[in-house]
Amino acid sequence: MEWLFLPRWPAVTVGILIGFLECLTFLLLDKPIGCSTAFARTSGMIEKALRGSATAEKPYYRLFPPVIDWEWMFVFGIPLGAFISAVSSGTFRIEWVPSLWAGIFGPGVSSRLITALAGGFLAGLGARWAGGCTSGHGISGSLQLAVSSWLASAAFFAGGILSAMLLFSLARG
Amino acid sequence: MMGKTPFLLPEAARKPFALFLGIVFGFLLQKGGVTRYEVIIGQLLLLDFTVLKVMLSAVLAGMLGIQVLLQLKLVALHPKHGSVGSSVIGGLIFGLGFGLLGYCPGTAAGAVGQGSLDALFGGVFGMLLGTAFYSGIYPRIETTVLRWGTFGDITLPEVLHSARWKVVIAVAAVIASALSAMSFLGL
Repeated sequence: MEWLFLPRWPAVTVGILIGFLECLTFLLLDKPIGCSTAFARTSGMIEKALRGSATAEKPYYRLFPPVIDWEWMFVFGIPLGAFISAVSSGTFRIEWVPSLWAGIFGPGVSSRLITALAGGFLAGLGARWAGGCTSGHGISGSLQLAVSSWLASAAFFAGGILSAMLLFSLARG
Repeated sequence: MMGKTPFLLPEAARKPFALFLGIVFGFLLQKGGVTRYEVIIGQLLLLDFTVLKVMLSAVLAGMLGIQVLLQLKLVALHPKHGSVGSSVIGGLIFGLGFGLLGYCPGTAAGAVGQGSLDALFGGVFGMLLGTAFYSGIYPRIETTVLRWGTFGDITLPEVLHSARWKVVIAVAAVIASALSAMSFLGL
């Protein structure tokens, strides 16, 4: 059982197990795995709490009502599972600035948070714009051979490589 | 009655089961290292191919498994609707954010569980703002940008006019070769 507490498993082992998890969700929930819809539903719930029931009338929330569905529960489980893995393997650590970032941009918290916030904004916007993220399109859609998902996945990595390379080449001068 | 998915769980069991699957998924993401900023940025800078290896092997295993379940008539497919305006433009916007954030929606949630606070206060909060913004602009882009180059929910076998299992085998061979090449090149 020692393997259960290792800090890292081989990437291909993890991938195959995720593929198996997809088979289970199709078989038992009749749904592919996805993550970004739960974020849209959560922002709808927050907006509803702040602005009242008119929020639910917005066309987008009529499509994706701001309620807790099975996918929301799935995404809620992700930090719990990662916490169990991190604590049991001794890799849990409270960290404001990732070491790679700190090594290049310095240990300041605010520059990292502002960049992450801007990146998160674009990632949330783009995921809903494309109708899925790295899970919903990248894995679930690609394994169904959906054209939308192969195109979106290529665009995810093209955009990601572009912005990461620009950011890091700017820093290195 | 025989539905399309005979093993679909009863309504009351779906959310608890989804929570359990989410816990397993988060556990796997953390074990794979893809909840780490360094690993995701390493992929986008083309220095560390962990993310691609996880994704490709997940697609390979899931695609083969789903194909078998499909032949046995135990599952139904749910390919997403797409258009150039949605998949490509939305995908590029997502990608630009992905590179700045260093996490995607699922791995940001996982990173929160391992104590990465930038994934919570930057990533999760930013994504909530981004999705809220999208709900505001949706009525305007729904009738314009999202309809550019619409191709719907087609799949590769339909595009190629080929039997599904043949395309599955061909794509599986390509992915397996790509994974072997990465391992051969020591990536």
